[in-house]
Amino acid sequence: MYKYDSYDQTIVDERVAQFRGQTERFLAGQLSEDEFRPLRLQNGLYIQKHAPMLRVAIPYGLLSSKQVRKLAHIARKYDRGYGHFTTRQNIQFNWPTLESVPEILAELATVEMHAIQTSGNCIRNVTSDQFAGIAHDELIDPRPYAELIRQWSTFHPEFAYLPRKFKIAVNGAVEDRAGTLFHDIGVHAVRTASGEVAFNILVGGGLGRTPILGHVVREELPRQHLFTYLDAILRVYNRYGRRDNMYKARIKILVKELGLEKFRAEVEAEWAHLKDGPSTLTQDEIDRVAAHFVDPAYEKLSAVSAEYEKRLLDNKAFARWVSRNVFGHKQPGYAAVTLSLKKTGIAPGDATDAQLDAVADLADRYSYGEIRASHEQNLILADVKLSDLFAVWEEAKRIGFATPNIGLLTDIIACPGGDFCSLANAKSIPIADAIQQRFDDLDYIFDIGDIAINISGCMNACGHHHVGHIGILGVDKHGAEFYQVTIGGSQGLDAALGKVIGPSFAQDEMADVVEKLIKTYVDLRHEDEHFLDTAKRVGIEPFKARVYDKKAGHSAAEVANV
Amino acid sequence: MSEPIATVRPEPVEGQQSDSVPHLSFDKLRTNGNQIIRDGAIVRDEWTLIAATHAEPLPAGRVIVPLARWLAERDALTARITEQNQPLGVWLDGHEDPAKLADAIHRFAVIAVNFPKFADGRGYSIATLLRSRYGFKGELRAIGDVLRDQLFYMKRVGFNAFAVRADKDIHDAVKALKDFSEVYQGSVNQPLPLFKRKRVPEIA
Repeated sequence: MYKYDSYDQTIVDERVAQFRGQTERFLAGQLSEDEFRPLRLQNGLYIQKHAPMLRVAIPYGLLSSKQVRKLAHIARKYDRGYGHFTTRQNIQFNWPTLESVPEILAELATVEMHAIQTSGNCIRNVTSDQFAGIAHDELIDPRPYAELIRQWSTFHPEFAYLPRKFKIAVNGAVEDRAGTLFHDIGVHAVRTASGEVAFNILVGGGLGRTPILGHVVREELPRQHLFTYLDAILRVYNRYGRRDNMYKARIKILVKELGLEKFRAEVEAEWAHLKDGPSTLTQDEIDRVAAHFVDPAYEKLSAVSAEYEKRLLDNKAFARWVSRNVFGHKQPGYAAVTLSLKKTGIAPGDATDAQLDAVADLADRYSYGEIRASHEQNLILADVKLSDLFAVWEEAKRIGFATPNIGLLTDIIACPGGDFCSLANAKSIPIADAIQQRFDDLDYIFDIGDIAINISGCMNACGHHHVGHIGILGVDKHGAEFYQVTIGGSQGLDAALGKVIGPSFAQDEMADVVEKLIKTYVDLRHEDEHFLDTAKRVGIEPFKARVYDKKAGHSAAEVANV
Repeated sequence: MSEPIATVRPEPVEGQQSDSVPHLSFDKLRTNGNQIIRDGAIVRDEWTLIAATHAEPLPAGRVIVPLARWLAERDALTARITEQNQPLGVWLDGHEDPAKLADAIHRFAVIAVNFPKFADGRGYSIATLLRSRYGFKGELRAIGDVLRDQLFYMKRVGFNAFAVRADKDIHDAVKALKDFSEVYQGSVNQPLPLFKRKRVPEIA
C-alpha cells in the first residue's frame, strides 16, 4: 500500500497543527460557530446528538495492521471502545470530545492517517473497489489512480469551498464494484480499440434526495489527462453549481439543468485551456505511485489445496462460510476473505477495539499485514492462502466476524441513523436488528440467496437505500418515525434505482414487511433466480399486493385486540 | 484625505446572502485602521471601494469600481487612467465573469474579487482565471467575508492582497499565509505540481 514520503507526512502534520489552532480559537471564542463549522467538517468533525462524531479517512478502503491497531487504540482511549465502518470505506468514532480531536489527529498522523475532507463541501475521500489488485476481471489496478486523486484533491485551493460535497470513485475492473454510477465523478477504466487502458469519465451520479445515474461525459480519456480533466469539471461546477439551495447544489443538478451536451461543451471548452498544461500526469509519477501497489511476495502454490478440500468436505459450517465469505483470487492458491461485521445484535459496521486488534493480528499472520474496508461495511483480508482459510475462519469465529452471510439477507447495509445522527428522520439500527432477528434460520437465508437490504435514516442516503434490492428509507410522518420501502434497486454496471412500493410503515411493521416481500419472491421465483431477478421480471405489483393486502388485515386485527 | 465610500451592509436575512454588496461596512473598515495585507505585510490601504449601489460621481483618488460601472463608463474611466494618470481598480462579484475584463486587463492596477460569504468558493476560480488565463499582473485583492482560515487557499490561487473582514484581527490573520510549507497540486502561485518539482527522478 502507499507509504508516505516526507512531503506527504509534512502536509498531514501541518494540517494537525492548523486544526489544533482552529480548535483553540473556536474554544477561545475567536471563531464563531458558523466560521468553525466548515473548518471542522473538512476535518471530518460533526456535532452529533450525543457528542462530536469524528470521521477518519481510509483512502480507497486500504489499511495496514499498524493503522488498524491505532484505530483500536483511539476507540479505547478517546471513544467508548468501538468504531463504525461507513458505506464510504471510512471509520467513524461517535463519542470523542471536541477538545481531544486535535490529539486524535496527531495520533493518526503517526500512522499516516488523517480526517482530511471526510466531510464538508469539498472533494471527499476517494473510494474504490475493495478487491482492487486481486480481482480476476481487472483491467488496471485502480489504487494508484485513487491515490493520485487523493493527493490532487487534498487541499486543492480552487475547490475547497464547492457548492456541495463532491465524491469521486475509481473502478479498474470489468464489473463495477466501486459504484461509479452513483458518484459525482466516476472514473471507470476501459480498454480502447488500440489496447490501451483509458478512463471513461462519468459525471452527475448520486443518491440522496435526487437519485440519478451518472452519465459518461468523456469516453476513453488518456490517463495522463486525468487531473486536467478533473480540474475542468470541478471548475465548471465551482463556478456554475447552485449555491442558493443546498438541496439543488450537487453537480447532478447542474448537469440536469444544463443538459449533458451543454455541460460537456462547457467542460471541454475549459479543458482546452488546461490540456497538456503543468498538471498533466507523467509516466514517472504514475510509476512512482504504482510501485507502492505491487503484489506481495506470493508463494508459488497449486491452485488446489488438499488440506483445504478435505476441510470443506468434513465441515459443513466451514464450507458454508467459504461459499459466502471467500472471494476468488487472481493468484493460484490464494483467496480473499470477507470478515462479516453483520452479526445479529450488533449495529452493521461496528467493531470494538478488541476486534480491531484481533483483525490486525489476523492480517499480520495470514494476509501480509493489510486489511480493506468495503462500502458494504465489512472488512477484507485480501491475500489468504487456501490452506490458511480454516485457521482464519476459526479465529474469525472467535472474534464474532465469521457470520456466513456476505451478500445474504442479514448482510444489511445501514447508516448510523437516528440513534446517533442528527440529520436522521428515523432510526436504522433497530430496523436492521429486527430483520436479522426475524431471519434467524441460516438454512432459510441460504435458500433465499443473494439479496441486498439497504437502510438509510434519511434522504441523505448514507445507507444507499436506492440501490438496495430492498431499500428502506426513514421518513418523518407527522413527527413519528416511518419507513418507505423500495424494491428492485441495484449496483454495478446495470445499476438501477428501486421503486417505491407504496405508503410507509411504522417501525414495528418492518420485519413483517420484509418477510412478506421475501415470501412473495420465494413463491414466484424461477429456478436460479435471485430476489432482484424476480423483482425485475414480475415488477412491484405482486409484492405490493401481498404487503398491503395483509397489512390491512393485520392492522384491523391489531385494532380489534386493543 | 477622502473617506472610503462603502455601503453599510444590511442585516442579512436568514439563509439569504446579498450577491451584490461587498461584505464591508464603513465603520468596521475604520476599526481595522484601513489596513490590508499586501504581499505578506500589513499596510495602509490607499484605495476606496465603490459600492455597487453608489451612483454619484466618483471621488478623486484611487478607486475600485464595480464591474458594471466599468462596463457602463468604460470610455470615461479609461480617460481617467490615461489622461488624468489616475490608477483604477475594478471589483467582481462571485457570479460575474472575469472574461469581461479580458480585453482591458492591463489597464487595472487592482482587481478585487468579492466573497459574499467565506464559504462561497467561486472567487477561487475567478482569481485563477484572472491570473492564469487573462494574464493579470497587478494587485489581486480578496474583499468581503475574508477570514484567516481561507487566506492560504486564496494566496495559492493568485491573490496577493487581502482586505480581512474588519471585525477580525488582521495581525492574527496574516499568520495563515504560512499554514503549509508544501502542497500537492499546481496552482497560480506554484504552477508545477509537487510531482514535477520535487518528486521527479534524480536524472531530471
